[in-house]
This record gives sequence, structure tokens and C-alpha cells, in this order.
Amino acid sequence: MTPSRAVDAFVRRHRYHPLEALPWLAAVASYFVFPDYLALGAQILATILFALSTDLVLGYAGIVTLGHAAFLGTGAYTAGILAAHGWGEPITGLLAGAVAAALSGFLSGLVVLRTTGLALLMQTLVVATLVAEAANKASFITGGDDGLQGMEVWPICGWFHFDLFGHTSYAYCLVVLFLCWLAARRIVHSPFGRSLTGIRENVRRMHAIGAPVARRRLTIYTISAALAGVSGALIAQTTQFVSLSFLSLERSGTVLIMLIIGGVGRLYGPFIGVPLYMVAQNRFSEIDPVYWYFWIGLLMVLVVVFARGGVLGLFDRFRR
Amino acid sequence: MSTPALETRGLHKSFGALTVANHVDFRLERGARHALIGPNGAGKTTFVELVTGALQPSAGQIHLDGADITDLPQAARVKRGLARTFQITALFRRLSVLENVTLAVCEQQGVGAGLFRPAGHHRAAIEGAHTLLEQLGLEDESVRPVNMLAYGRQRLVEIAVSLALSPKVLLLDEPAAGVPSSESGTIIEVIERLPSDIAVLIIEHDMDLVFRLAQRITVLVQGSILVEGPPEAIAADPEVRRVYLGERYPG
Amino acid sequence: MVLYLISVGLSVTMGLMGFVNLAHGVFAMAGGYVVTSLMSRWGVPFVPALLGAAVAVSLGSVPIERLLYRRLYGGEELDQVLLTMGLVFMSVAGATYVWGPLQQPLQPPTWLSGAVDLGVRSFPAYRSFLILCGAVLVTALWLGIERTRFGARVRASVDNLRMAQSVGIDTSRLFMTTFALGSGLAGLGGGLGADLLAINPSYALQNLAYFLIVVAVGGLGSIRGPFVAALLLGIADSGFKYLLPEFGAFFIYTLTMAILLWRPRGLFGRA
Repeated sequence: MTPSRAVDAFVRRHRYHPLEALPWLAAVASYFVFPDYLALGAQILATILFALSTDLVLGYAGIVTLGHAAFLGTGAYTAGILAAHGWGEPITGLLAGAVAAALSGFLSGLVVLRTTGLALLMQTLVVATLVAEAANKASFITGGDDGLQGMEVWPICGWFHFDLFGHTSYAYCLVVLFLCWLAARRIVHSPFGRSLTGIRENVRRMHAIGAPVARRRLTIYTISAALAGVSGALIAQTTQFVSLSFLSLERSGTVLIMLIIGGVGRLYGPFIGVPLYMVAQNRFSEIDPVYWYFWIGLLMVLVVVFARGGVLGLFDRFRR
Repeated sequence: MSTPALETRGLHKSFGALTVANHVDFRLERGARHALIGPNGAGKTTFVELVTGALQPSAGQIHLDGADITDLPQAARVKRGLARTFQITALFRRLSVLENVTLAVCEQQGVGAGLFRPAGHHRAAIEGAHTLLEQLGLEDESVRPVNMLAYGRQRLVEIAVSLALSPKVLLLDEPAAGVPSSESGTIIEVIERLPSDIAVLIIEHDMDLVFRLAQRITVLVQGSILVEGPPEAIAADPEVRRVYLGERYPG
Repeated sequence: MVLYLISVGLSVTMGLMGFVNLAHGVFAMAGGYVVTSLMSRWGVPFVPALLGAAVAVSLGSVPIERLLYRRLYGGEELDQVLLTMGLVFMSVAGATYVWGPLQQPLQPPTWLSGAVDLGVRSFPAYRSFLILCGAVLVTALWLGIERTRFGARVRASVDNLRMAQSVGIDTSRLFMTTFALGSGLAGLGGGLGADLLAINPSYALQNLAYFLIVVAVGGLGSIRGPFVAALLLGIADSGFKYLLPEFGAFFIYTLTMAILLWRPRGLFGRA
């Protein structure tokens, strides 16, 4: 490649590509094509956001976490508690959830990010367990095992009611997801985002080029927690219910599965992995919940052994 | 005597009963071409780790361009102009050559933390990185991921990344290590062509390289400096020969 | 103390082999199922059932290690997490299929029921037995791993795989043996503790957090660490529950977090 072409390619990498419109077109189309499944669709969109937030720390910064549900749950409970105690305005509830989750991300990040690898993994788990237990014990606020009751979410901008069929929910989640995705995309293509991949690929080298590694990791951890909080608030507001399962190890674990199916460390992995997983789960759980566990477990084992790059990884191999 | 580019005073490191750096007093002059040699396990890489801040000394001081950097963390030392290469190539494996060097340039220019503008907007940084690649003859491979390059080429990228930091002091830890002799010529040429205002300290086992490049040689044995001087003196020194007896004398 | 018995195996595999094995609980669960099945269906007495379980699980772990785990040694954590998570899920389904969703009760032998009177206080015999087993185990393991060549070889292999191989250590067989040992210990622990940690299909998932906490606090790769951690956590847990019953397990997790703040790699973890 001639000098200017190599540089040009690099410079242009962040520009929008026509294919990127595809998931959004599909999402908008689904609104009209699947009118009976909008409630599920809204959950899928919110979960895509959760997966996206997890991918920022996992795929880009290389921080393997088993406790990201803690931030989803924090956002959910914040928005939920507000709505149950008289403040049902959705957008401010969303922001409150984001702030609460960001704060817990920051504080836990200060502790947890001091290590790497196995120790880090276990600490994220401990933090998540701690948060879940706190939520359990504070049942006078959170509703404990029974879940948070009595949420009343007001119409968006005073106009769009949340109905049983999910019309408002779906559109709401779609818009929020789009905005958050824009932010995530910006971050990923920024020098900061590129430095995260450097941290992931070789942290020793990163130190040796003068990068403040700890600060970068904490920053992305906090941002990611905020986005996870937004996704939790979305789920809470659209289902008008929050339970302890939002904080569970299972939720932290299944988001990893969804990411690996779609492809980790790629902005679009969640858009493939999440719908595939959730639709499949929706079908199989009705047929036979026990065997859902078996097949998803088997799928995970097979993906790790054979198709590590996920669906997008297979596309890559195909292209070459 | 002018301020040395790099100086250690009484630099000492021990792990319990094991001393890996024994009160080392070392001077690296400005613009120097200085080699640090010694048998395996002499503590050469440990010395580099102490100087760069990857390892904390038990005692002693480190001065960079006259300023005391002993308490500074690694990243701060880099910002002050101290760069190193690793004995075992430490690059961002799956990223392209251009990307590797650009990351370093961005950090050096202080734009590495930018969140809002795309990396592509920092055209000057990218072009600067590319120019550096051209100077080292790497421009044809700029878009390839580094882990796909021949090992000798990877070592060159390693040097490029450290040069991207505009260092005043460059520590090259066995730059030709593991490189087949067909490719090591390029590396030697690149080191020869380094700007004269950078002080270069090379750690090497390859005596050909050392005698070709160095104006001054320090011999390190078991954490202590055995002798120091110009290449002819070192080559003739009987103590040095004794220390290397029994060692395979690569060349 | 049951947690120690099970978790020490995890500390061994995770610390010595550097492998994130979230499926460790599966081996404990398998041990529990084997013991309860042997005792209730074939009337095998307690101690032989335990030994049988340990051996069976140990042997059973070998094909899993050969086929699956082996591919991911030295690999990325995420891969290991996902692989072992997948195994956990499969185990939940498998256990439900074979044994049904209900808990398997354990009838401890009569010589373990009742209390042991030590003059000052009387302790429940079953739990005393568990503590005794734990103490025996920690000593045996410590001697076996810290003091023998086997242990030295394992540690050398973990520190530097290529170096160890070039020195002639058969690393793959070594890892297989270590893994079998860790899993067998888990099986033993699962069977021993079946009365305290109920044996049901979700065993591996439910108790995963506990195992990881004991290992995290005790320190990866340490033999004594999980012992001290389990003791500490067990005492603290009883203490907290006695003093402040409404808060339950919350304080344990806070204590864990505090310890990890102070010592990120665990009490006895290797840096």
C-alpha cells in the first residue's frame, strides 16, 4: 500500500458503513412485522444494550467479569424504587439508574481492578454476590424475594403510555439503545478506545509507552457500568417489575454466552448473539426447561472449542 | 562533565538473600552508544526493569537527565523520555503495525485518552507513525497484524514503537535476540542510523553487534559492574575473558 | 469446613494449573450423588462409599480433562469460564435427568450422629468429624505438595511450561494427575458434606459463589489458605448470625471484600 493509502484507510476507519444500518432497519421492521412479540422485542433490545456494555470491558479492555449483572440490577432497582415511590418519570429514572450504576462501577472498580486474571474474576463475583445479598436483606426497599412491587411508570414525555402490547416499550428501548450504541461506537473508535485494545493485547507494552493503564481501565469500567445500569432501568420500566434475578450470577453468565455466540470485541456481536439466544430460550424453555440447560451448556462447550469467534468470527473466516 | 542522560547511584535490589543488583553506579552519557554485556543471569534485564520502573529498587537512585526519577511510576518515566524494547517481543499482537506505532505516538502526544473524537481525526499522529515506519523500512507491512510478521520484522516494529515515544534515552534489550542472521543485518543498520541525540544502551549477547555499535561497554557480572571502558580495552581484558570462559561465545 | 474440603481441590486446579474451573462444583456434586446412591440403593457403609466416590469422580474427571480442559491450558480466561460454565449447565440437566429434581438426603452413620463430649462443651459429632477430616487433609496435602517432588514439578510447570517440558517433566500427565486429584477431593468433599450442602441438580450453580469466595480469600494455589479461609469464614458466619441475625450472609461478603481489599490475591496467595 502506498503511504497515503495506508494512512487514509486508518483515518477513515471510523466512518459509517452502509451495512451498519442493517440492524437498525431490522429492528424498525420488526416493529411492524412482529406486532405480537413487541414485549419480547423490547427485552431483547434492552439486553443488547447490556451485552454491549459488557463487551466494552470484556471484548475491548480484556477484563473478564462474572459480576456485571450487579450494575444492571443497580440501575434496575434505582429506576424501580423511584417509580414505586411516586417518581415514575421514565427518562429521569433512566438517568438516575445510570448514575447509580456508574457510581457502583467506579467504587467497585477501584477495588476490583487492582488485580488481573483469576483474582479479578473472583473479585467481580464477590462484589456481585455482595450487592445481591444487600438487595436481599434490604427487602423493605427492594421487596426481597418477592420482587419490587407497585411500580408505576408515567408516560414518556407525558404522551406515550406504556401499554400491555409493548408498542411504547419497544420504541423506547430502540431509541435508548441507538443513542447508547452511538456513544459506544464513538468510544470504541476514539484514541481511548484504541488504547483499550492495547491494554487487552499487551498490558506490559502499554505501560512501556507511558499509558496510565489503571486509569483507563477504571474509566471504561465506570462507563460500562453506567450503560449496564441504563439497560437494567429499561427492563425495569418496561416490565414494571424488578427482582433479585436481575443481580444473579446466571444473568452475568448468560450475557457472556450471548456475547460469545455473536462474537466478542466486535460492536455488532450483541446484535446477533442476543436475539439468537433469547428467541431460542423463549422457545425451548416452553418445551422443556431442563433440556434447555443441557443444550445451551453443550453449545457453549462447542463454541469455545470450535467457533471461538462467534457468528461474526465465522463470517470472517468465510470471507478469507 | 555534562549531565549524563541516565545515571544510577548505588542502585541495589535483593530478593531476600539473593542480590540481583549490587550497588550499581552507572552513567549513560548524552548521545552515547553504550553496551551492557555479561553472562546469563548477570542481572542485565533486571537492571533495565529497575531503570524503567517495572521493578522497585531496594536502595539507590535513578536520575534521568539530571532529575531524580526513582519514585516515579513507569508511565511517568516514559513521558520524561525513557523508552525501552523488550527482550521477548512485546507488541499488540493482533493489531496492525501502523496501529502499534500510532498507539505509542498518541500516548506521546498526550491524546491517548481522548474519548470523543475518533482516532482517525488525529491525522498528524498517524502520519507521524507512518513516517517512522518508512524510516525503518516497514511501510509495506503497515496494515498487517504484527503477529503475522517474520520475527526479525517484529523486532523492528518493537524498535519503531519505542522510537515513536521521542525518547531521550533508549534501552534496547537484546534487539537481535532470536532473529535469524539473515534478518539481523537490518536491525543493526537501524540501530546505527538512530539519531545522535538519543542516548542508547544496548543489552546484547551478540559480540559482533556489540563491537560494531558500541563506543563504550559495561560488563555486568552477578549484579555488579566488573569493568567498564572502550571496546578495545574490554576485548583485551583478561577478567572479561575469564568470565566468559565456559560460556558459548556467540558471534 | 465442608467448603474447605471441596474448595481445596479448586485451589489446587486454579492455582497450580492456572485454570478457571467453574465446574468444580460439578465434581463435588457427582461425589455427593455417588455417595448417596451407594448408601441408599446398595447399602454401602459411609466410609467405603466416600472412598468409592472419590475414586469414581477422580477417574471420571480424566476423560473430561483430556478431551476438553486440555485444549485451553494457558489460554484466555474467558474461554475457560465459558467452557466450564457450559459444563455446569450440562450437569444441571444431566443430574435432573438421572436423579430427578429433588434433593438426595444423606443418612450419616450412627457413629457420627449425636455429640462428642470434650468436657468443656459438647460438639456435634458429624461436624467434628468434618473438621478432623479437614485438618488431616490439609496436613496430608501440604506434605504431599509442598514437600514432594510431585509438588515441585507441578509448581515448576505452572511457572514456566516450556522450561518444565524441556527439563523433561511430562507436563500433560502431571496436569492430568493434578486435575484428577483436585476433582477427587471435590467428590470426597461433596459426599462428606452432603448433609450440609444439599445434593440437588443445581448444586454446582448454587454453591459456586461459596467455593470461589473460599479460594479467593484463601489464596490461589495455596493449600493452607482455603483451610484458614473456610475456618475464618465459618466462625465469622456463625458469629454474625448469632449477633446480628437479620443481616445474615451480608457481613460475610463484606468481610470477604475487606480481606480482598487488603490482600487482593488472598491471604496466602502467591503474587
